[in-house]
Amino acid sequence: MPTIVVEVMPKAEILDPQGKAVAGALTRLGHNQFSGVRIGKRFELTVDGPVTAEVLAAAKTIAEDILSNSVIEDVVSISEAK
Amino acid sequence: MRVGVITFPGSLDERDAQRAVKLAGGTPVALWHGAHDLEGVEAIILPGGFSYGDYLRAGSIASHAPIMAEVIDAAHKGMPVLGICNGFQMLAEARLVPGAHGRNDCGTFVRRDQKLIVENNTTAWTKDFAQGEEIIIPLKNADGRFVANADTIKRIEDNGQVTFRYVGMNPNGSLDDIAGVSNEAGNVVGLMPHPEHAVEPGFGPDTAQAMRSGLDGLKFFTSVIQSTILSKA
Repeated sequence: MPTIVVEVMPKAEILDPQGKAVAGALTRLGHNQFSGVRIGKRFELTVDGPVTAEVLAAAKTIAEDILSNSVIEDVVSISEAK
Repeated sequence: MRVGVITFPGSLDERDAQRAVKLAGGTPVALWHGAHDLEGVEAIILPGGFSYGDYLRAGSIASHAPIMAEVIDAAHKGMPVLGICNGFQMLAEARLVPGAHGRNDCGTFVRRDQKLIVENNTTAWTKDFAQGEEIIIPLKNADGRFVANADTIKRIEDNGQVTFRYVGMNPNGSLDDIAGVSNEAGNVVGLMPHPEHAVEPGFGPDTAQAMRSGLDGLKFFTSVIQSTILSKA
């Protein structure tokens, strides 16, 4: 089945406490080469049939209206999984 | 006055909210998220909890529940709507109030009796408070950090839409210590702390007078019940 992948990240200026907690743990474990971690979301949308321009447009609409909240998040990519 | 309290899958505090309505002199009406019927209520409360497990984002799936079509329509027509905690998150996700919510900046769930200042006592849900009154009601959340961009913050500060602010300490990193906001018209109010847990002697926050005697939440409910009765007179 074809799959469309949508990736959503917290906006750069928005504090990401989850990422901060993970970054803190990495430092504690001695992985000092990583100065920051930000955590986003990846959605895999299974498509019933071929991925047409229309299907991609529908994916874009739900990515912007439902899968993300534009006040705090950005949709960073929408693509068909290879 | 009939006040509807909507139960979503994962709501926790709907019975407390119903009891608060009753103690304030109103008639609570239990409404169901899957219905398309407000059953003739004159005000609506979206209660606290973890609707849909807070999956996707807190309040986001609930904001698309069937009954929310009627709630949004009624809110635009001026019906008083109060969103408490998860209900506040639903109001923000439904764009009925400005802003959004992120994880608490401390990274953990926080529960405490929280001091607030009433920044606007002209909304449907704050009329019985004095302007600048300080109150203490319980707060309990994981995703309570109020966030909005600089333009929105300026707009809501200028419009008097910041209804409540945290006093003494900011429990979750909310911008400008914002604990609650309203829409422009003032009929829709959302806040993180829980007024319905401070309405009955023996079950509220501690006060200087006696343990668990705090009743500061009651005025939210008397405000709306009173204002609707007055507007009919």
